[in-house]
Amino acid sequence: MSRSTDNSTSSAGPTTTVFKNDLALLGSAPARISLLLVIALTACLPLSNSSYILDVANRCGIAIVAAIGLNILTGYTGLISLGNAAFMAIGAFAAGFLATKGGLNTLYCIPLAGLITALLGMVIGIPSLRLKGLYLAMATLAAHFIVEFLVVKWESVTGGVAGLSIPAPVLAGLQLDSDRSLFYLIYGVVLLATIFAANLFRTRTGRAFIAIRDHETAAGVMGINVFQYKLAAFGLSSFYVGVAGALTACQAKIISPETFPFSLAIDSLAMIIIGGLGSVTGSILGALFLTLLPEALRLATTALSGSYPALVGNIAPLKEMIFSILIIVFLVYSPHGIVSWWRSLTARFRRDSAVQKPKRR
Amino acid sequence: MDLTFLLQLLINGLVVGSIYALVATGFVIIYKSTSALNLAQGEFLMVGAYVCMQAMVGFKLPFLAAFCVTLLFTGLLGILIERVILRPLLGSPVISVIMVTLGLSGLLRSSLQLCFGTDTKPFPEILPSAPVHLGPVPITQGYLYAVAGAALLLVLLTLFFHYSRAGLALRATASNQQTALSMGISVKQMFAISWGIAAVVSAIGGILLAAIRGGVDMSLAYMGLKVLPVVILGGLDSIVGAIVGGLVIGILENISGGYLDPLVGGGIKEVVPYIVLVLILMIRPSGLFGKKRIDRV
Repeated sequence: MSRSTDNSTSSAGPTTTVFKNDLALLGSAPARISLLLVIALTACLPLSNSSYILDVANRCGIAIVAAIGLNILTGYTGLISLGNAAFMAIGAFAAGFLATKGGLNTLYCIPLAGLITALLGMVIGIPSLRLKGLYLAMATLAAHFIVEFLVVKWESVTGGVAGLSIPAPVLAGLQLDSDRSLFYLIYGVVLLATIFAANLFRTRTGRAFIAIRDHETAAGVMGINVFQYKLAAFGLSSFYVGVAGALTACQAKIISPETFPFSLAIDSLAMIIIGGLGSVTGSILGALFLTLLPEALRLATTALSGSYPALVGNIAPLKEMIFSILIIVFLVYSPHGIVSWWRSLTARFRRDSAVQKPKRR
Repeated sequence: MDLTFLLQLLINGLVVGSIYALVATGFVIIYKSTSALNLAQGEFLMVGAYVCMQAMVGFKLPFLAAFCVTLLFTGLLGILIERVILRPLLGSPVISVIMVTLGLSGLLRSSLQLCFGTDTKPFPEILPSAPVHLGPVPITQGYLYAVAGAALLLVLLTLFFHYSRAGLALRATASNQQTALSMGISVKQMFAISWGIAAVVSAIGGILLAAIRGGVDMSLAYMGLKVLPVVILGGLDSIVGAIVGGLVIGILENISGGYLDPLVGGGIKEVVPYIVLVLILMIRPSGLFGKKRIDRV
């Protein structure tokens, strides 16, 4: 069961003759140009005055960070987690607690919340030494409900059912409370998160994660300390997810236990599966797709409700239905995610496309 | 705390536990024969309850006819789901199967919401509600019927697995697919049948649960996730384990709810099964009756 990793965004492959090119993140000119285009387009977004567009863009950014985090754990290290919503909640409430009760600037609370989540994530990850596959999925599912219970009950820290209201982060005397200022904050984090993750899998640690995913015993035999690296994967992934939670707190301004329902964990998992497991690009594509899809559905149903008034009361279940059908269709017909379309598309334009055909598992 | 209170809790736990046992049995049947983790089990239960209600209230069928219609419908639904959704995923990694059943649960839930709305619908009274006295404890008669119904069904299932041709073929498939294939058993057919049986068993659980609750709504689906602690406690691949686990979890959550809720202000019932799940996974991942898995390289 081997999946190719993210290196195929480069021209690395049969055309490279030097090992250095093989390690390059963006080997080909088209890859570099398209990346620059994406960054330039994203940077243009704050020019828009619509707070709706900025709000959606911010939610996309947060989803990207969370999806990359989950992909480090699930896609790259092969540890299935259904506890993503719980980790986000831990991050959000840690940031909220530090900002409200601790009186810290919310900006500093974001990395601190990531660290706290990373620590707790490693604690939750301890059973992963013994548990694999669906057992780990169940353990993390249980962790979700236990965390949810604690968040509701531990009122002195989390504010209980009423929740917490988060003061705006302050950067160099500026209150980051508008959608536009949060956009810069969130996409700054997205940029850092993406660069770090893309580089991670060119290092010893990242390669160890992949080795553990592909064959745990073999990885152990080759001298990888499986337990240590699994914990590292849990810690790193939880850091990302905790930061995403803290950013959610900044964006939502008021957080309560209901901000992080179990369905959020399902959404995150759907993002990385639909985007592409074990691929940073895939996490980004999946996060964008699954954040924009409900918006598109909502716009479509609102537009259609004029001619079909029966739709109005049924928007929520209709959305869930289409969402679920898409997940199923993707898993059945395109198990390698959106990123595999991209790969086969670019392979078609390469001279040596015969060698570059994505292999089927 | 007096004894009556404890007995009351025990009996409530037994009733809920027997329904857990039913749903968990469905879950284990699927896991055993197809090694798929079905997180949509709770939605099967909900489909059963809603279809039965619709047949009785909407189409004015007598209970027995409605019951048969429900079984037929859910059985076919289970087979259809296996054929259309699960079979193409044969041999895929665990995570794909988990995710597809999560998608399936969303699909079933939203379809039911579209058909019936989100309000609680009254379920016709099919079990007599007059209480009987067992010693000092008053018990709703319906509870007794529910437990008896669940027990009867479990006995029937055991007989089916031990004496019928299809049941034997199912067990053969579960124990070794290669050998089963070489004996002329259509393993694919067995997969479909096990999904059908699991759907039917859960649907019966749903009808019983709706009958003792007196209403159906979307919260029935939570039973599906509650089944996970049950099967982990009992052992993922053991039907006996599912039954014992169901009763234990049912009783445990009621007793802890009864005694601990006043201390923490409610909600403990929802979380105790998951704490048990984590503990079992730490101590004995194969559960009470499950087969120990040995990884070979």
